[in-house]
Amino acid sequence: MSDISSAKPGWHDWLITTEPHSRRQARLGQFYRQWLAFRRNPAAMIGLTIVALLLLVAAFAPLIAPFDPIAQALDKRLLPPSSTNWFGTDALGRDIFSRVVFGTRVTLVIVLLVVVTVGPIGLLIGCAAGYLGGWVDTVLMRITDVFLAFPRLVLALAFVAALGPGLENAVIAIAFTAWPPYARVARAETLVIRNADYIAAIRLQGASQARIVWRHVVPMCLPSLIVRTTLDMAGIILTAAGLGFLGLGAQPPIPEWGAMISAGREQIFDQWWVATFPGLAICVVALGFNLLGDGLRDVMDAR
Amino acid sequence: MAAARQSVSARGVRWGKIATREATTVAITIFGLLLVTFLIARVMPIDPVLAVVGDRAPADVYEKARLDLGLDKPLWQQFGIYIGKVFSGDLGTSVLTAQKVTDDIRTVFPATLELATLGTLIGVLIGVPFGIVAAVYQGRWPDQIARVVGLLGYSVPVFWLGLMGLLLFYAKLGWVAGPGRISVIWQDYVTPVTGVIMLDAALQGEWDAFWDAFSHLILPASVLGLLSIAYISRMTRSFMINELQQQYVVAARVKGLSEFRVIWRHALRNAIVPLVTVIALSYMHLLEGSVLTETIFAWPGLGRYLTNALLNADMNAVLGGTLVVGAVFIAVNLFADMVGRIADPRTR
Repeated sequence: MSDISSAKPGWHDWLITTEPHSRRQARLGQFYRQWLAFRRNPAAMIGLTIVALLLLVAAFAPLIAPFDPIAQALDKRLLPPSSTNWFGTDALGRDIFSRVVFGTRVTLVIVLLVVVTVGPIGLLIGCAAGYLGGWVDTVLMRITDVFLAFPRLVLALAFVAALGPGLENAVIAIAFTAWPPYARVARAETLVIRNADYIAAIRLQGASQARIVWRHVVPMCLPSLIVRTTLDMAGIILTAAGLGFLGLGAQPPIPEWGAMISAGREQIFDQWWVATFPGLAICVVALGFNLLGDGLRDVMDAR
Repeated sequence: MAAARQSVSARGVRWGKIATREATTVAITIFGLLLVTFLIARVMPIDPVLAVVGDRAPADVYEKARLDLGLDKPLWQQFGIYIGKVFSGDLGTSVLTAQKVTDDIRTVFPATLELATLGTLIGVLIGVPFGIVAAVYQGRWPDQIARVVGLLGYSVPVFWLGLMGLLLFYAKLGWVAGPGRISVIWQDYVTPVTGVIMLDAALQGEWDAFWDAFSHLILPASVLGLLSIAYISRMTRSFMINELQQQYVVAARVKGLSEFRVIWRHALRNAIVPLVTVIALSYMHLLEGSVLTETIFAWPGLGRYLTNALLNADMNAVLGGTLVVGAVFIAVNLFADMVGRIADPRTR
């Protein structure tokens, strides 16, 4: 504990104070304390680094990739890893390293689209069910149970089969199967918060139900939902890669990692590098999100 | 006497209430399952009539087939007919195999069961001791290793792991047999009785065929097993940590019992109830994971049947398969719930 105080005296003292002078200072101080706890967990820091690297690589993909990810060079088919093609080339002579680099963008797009749709939906359904209770709760939770009863990948498969293969449809299918756990988490949190004294105080002040849920219940649910989301990212990435592997996700020539593994399947015994490197990329990124989520849970969700 | 009888009847009433509630939940879930599969079939861009009569059917044949399929009726009536058919065991005919989907599933399901069962077995045999060790050495290096292995299991795409396994253990090292369920030479040696080849071979005393089947099975089962090791060891760890903090553990230690006995006889026993639920859940997830694994290992199970049907727009087979997997999920969930209730007096 004592060695932390050597970091930055001015800011540190202002943030760590037990008598904050403003709401902003209190909030920042809380973040800062969580950050200090988070920083002490090496696994979580590795996760954070991986995710940060993922974002950087995706942002600067054209600068990092030495080749065009979809430019074919049929005279350079299936070359083993070398100093020019770090991860080798695939059956169409495309540089696998460049494709893996650009694949970060595809992965990020999928993950972000799913999270952006699923988070609010789960939050809304969960908070509504938990706060309103009664028949609303029963109906909403029954629907959630039905979706939880489905195997996630199989349901996503059936959806994509119905909608037709493609990146957008894969995102819709994953989102459709991913929301129930979020609703469950949000509901469980709301049930605890609902009976808290401060909610009763706000109700006595005459706040409307919408205001109570939106301004006071939802913000309290956010930490556990953020943890849940981070831990879920890996699952989303794996499901998306599985759909891509079966040819139901992103369509060629989009450099999607799952589809790249599928393309390398034919040559796995002779040209191992085609399928190996995209798979490693999936592993590293999924592991990064898992480590980060694990660390965040320890810090934010200390119940 | 009277008081005892009363408490027995009271317990009977309570069990009756629980049973009714469980039955309603299951009924609603099954209804939802049917509704979702039905709706998926309806939003399909594939014309179900064309799937039956073919592209070049004359208009009157097309119209007749449309009426036969009941597609002129309102949607809720069609749904009613669908439910009736499913409950009488009719999931339609597969376009791909030209057989009844129910018969198809009956032939492929044992293969998946075999795979998932061995996978779960591996997961339990390795995952549980792993979790216990992690809990006992909480925060020290065995715990860190267990944590990393667990997170790796959550992060590896199962189809990629399968490919890498084939590359290493089949192509490079030659330790195991390649894709498929049994080598061609043994194909007709074993008459299918249960449909589970290893069981059939053992029953008929065909030990060479048994070992051949085993050598085909072990790699895909281990790949699936790694997934359940991750989940099972993590959950075992948290259950055990919880138990080891209890008063009775202190009491047992004070009594002078060996640490081994405290952990394996006292703490583990109390952790077993929630563990059964976890194992049942991981079994379900392996059934799901087998969808991707089976494609890699050319394993003739439900997963490969499903993906094949999917890629060929064979909708009856897709929905039938989805329905069966969903039904198994519900059954396993119910089973886990029941075991938990019966074994743990606190949940009664």
